[in-house]
Amino acid sequence: MIVKSQKDFYSGLMFMAVGVAFAWGASGQRVGDGANMGPGYFPLILGTLLAILGGVILLNSLLLKTEDGEKVGRIAWKPLVFIIAANLIFGVAVGGLPSLNIPPMGLIVGVYALTFIASLASEEFNFKAVAVLATVLAIINYLAFVVLLNLQFPVWPTFITG
Amino acid sequence: MDLITNLSLGFSVAFTLTNLLYAFVGCLLGTLIGVLPGIGPVATIAMLLPTTYALPPVSALIMLAGIYYGAQYGGSTTAILVNLPGEASSVVTVIDGYQMARQGRAGPALAAAGLGSFAAGCVGTLLLAAFAIPLTEVAFKFGPAEYFSLMILGLIGAVVLASGSLIKAVAMILLGLLMGTMGTDLNSGSERFTMGIPELTDGVGFIVIAMGLFGYGEIINNLSKHASERTVFSTSVKGLMPTKEDFRNMLPAVLRGTTLGSVLGILPGGGAVMASFAAYTLEKKTKLRPGEVPFGKGNIRGVAAPEAANNAASQTSFIPLLTLGIPPNAVMALMVGAMTIHNIQPGPQVMTSDPTLFWGLIASMWIGNLMLVILNLPLIGVWIKLLTVPYRWLFPAIMLFCAIGVYSTNNTTFDIWTVGILGVIGYLFIKLGLESAPLLLGYILGPMMEEYLRRALLLSRGDWSIFVTRGLSASLLAIAVILIVIVTLPAIKKKREETFVED
Repeated sequence: MIVKSQKDFYSGLMFMAVGVAFAWGASGQRVGDGANMGPGYFPLILGTLLAILGGVILLNSLLLKTEDGEKVGRIAWKPLVFIIAANLIFGVAVGGLPSLNIPPMGLIVGVYALTFIASLASEEFNFKAVAVLATVLAIINYLAFVVLLNLQFPVWPTFITG
Repeated sequence: MDLITNLSLGFSVAFTLTNLLYAFVGCLLGTLIGVLPGIGPVATIAMLLPTTYALPPVSALIMLAGIYYGAQYGGSTTAILVNLPGEASSVVTVIDGYQMARQGRAGPALAAAGLGSFAAGCVGTLLLAAFAIPLTEVAFKFGPAEYFSLMILGLIGAVVLASGSLIKAVAMILLGLLMGTMGTDLNSGSERFTMGIPELTDGVGFIVIAMGLFGYGEIINNLSKHASERTVFSTSVKGLMPTKEDFRNMLPAVLRGTTLGSVLGILPGGGAVMASFAAYTLEKKTKLRPGEVPFGKGNIRGVAAPEAANNAASQTSFIPLLTLGIPPNAVMALMVGAMTIHNIQPGPQVMTSDPTLFWGLIASMWIGNLMLVILNLPLIGVWIKLLTVPYRWLFPAIMLFCAIGVYSTNNTTFDIWTVGILGVIGYLFIKLGLESAPLLLGYILGPMMEEYLRRALLLSRGDWSIFVTRGLSASLLAIAVILIVIVTLPAIKKKREETFVED
């Protein structure tokens, strides 16, 4: 058995898995019937439909010919890891991580952390340029969100402001 | 005349100094972000939504309308200048627009897009105002079964016109509908799919979904390409104004585009996309004047007509949103989300319960269009400069705006984590050739569909045949079926694929 479209093959698998998961989760709720729908009724229908569609997509990927096999292609691990890491660190900086006793470091630290880590995802990384960019972004964001829009943010690390 | 009193009420609301200022700021911000390569209107609006939180509802909606038009115009600008359509409806603009830019005629192309959109916007606003009342009356006759069928039709309509595989798009809708059920079930109060996480009791926020899928996913995908693969704008722009000859070619094209767009936009489903494709096809069928540049080689009609059509359509596509409360596309879905945040439930009741808001919004759309012309045409030079900013400087800034915007919505870091996870999922979708727009649409419609399904089935005592025994509901479903049949017909299917790979 040869997979004729790799993209569809994995899409089909994903839809089936997600559909089954939702349908299974929904069946744990009260389903009820049409005249008296429980919380599980609608998701159960949708999940089942999604799993069926996923199956059809999967079948198609095995049966229908495509020109190039529709390969998924290389996963860009480097940008993926750095972008997500930058995002996570920014969250930690702004909100802190109570479970690990990390205090909120504030917006400014977050901006620098995010900019530096995210920039590592790019092919060309220049420390000086990134430092300038981070400073500019920190100023813009401080002015736009804290001064102008008056959004409530911890701006500086809590151990400084107290 | 009712129309005139209503419109003047609207303009009296919109024409205050503060509201004009918000429209202006919205337009400016919308264009500023929308013009950045790799960010479509959905991501733009999602990013800028938090900036409207602090405003009163009318001002917020006016600013959002500004953002919406700005973002759309920004999308056309990138389509013309860097061969990068910001959204499906400017896909055809790319064909002739980019050719014009390569010949150094980017200025006239941008002006044609701007002026064409403005002309279409004027007509669209009038139509919207004229049709709002009668359609709202129809809307009050809609029962739950009709609403449910209309939503099915809207969802089907939105995907049959999208590019790519139909069945995958439908699966994405289902996924979106399912994601919409996450959180507390309003009817029974029981928690669904929250996995015991307290932050999920309200479900996943739609801004979180929009930013994760459209913002982060795109960034990761863009970074995975080598710098040389990212099309960078390099040609210069000489002169802005179209020549007399250009105007003579443009005018009838704009008129045809506006007519087509206004009609198609009212239909539920991807009105703007269908309109721009239809307008382009119509122009191609119209005979070339002697000495005119052929299509695909930089014909100004190929820019003016689809741009006019998609703007007219996006104007008239507010009709189903405002009268029925049903968003016809992903951008409108975001607008619904925005309205909900400001405690406005879009639907027929808005017009009667809050006429100043309703008519103010309609007037502000026209103002948004006007702002675009007076703001963007002189500023084209600035927007072009923006396009030359290297991507390695842009994406950290975009990420930051997303992260801060998401955090400020609920002041919880949980949302920042979720955006990260959704970013990975968004990248996965791109890799698998799946479109995120249908998912967002399904997500917004999910809770409404469930509610209408519940009510319809309650009335019929659990009998599903209610959807086909009631005339209006049955015909709406029939149209949906016909749409599916049409696009799956072999001849049309081939044609559809051709259109999307054209040139």
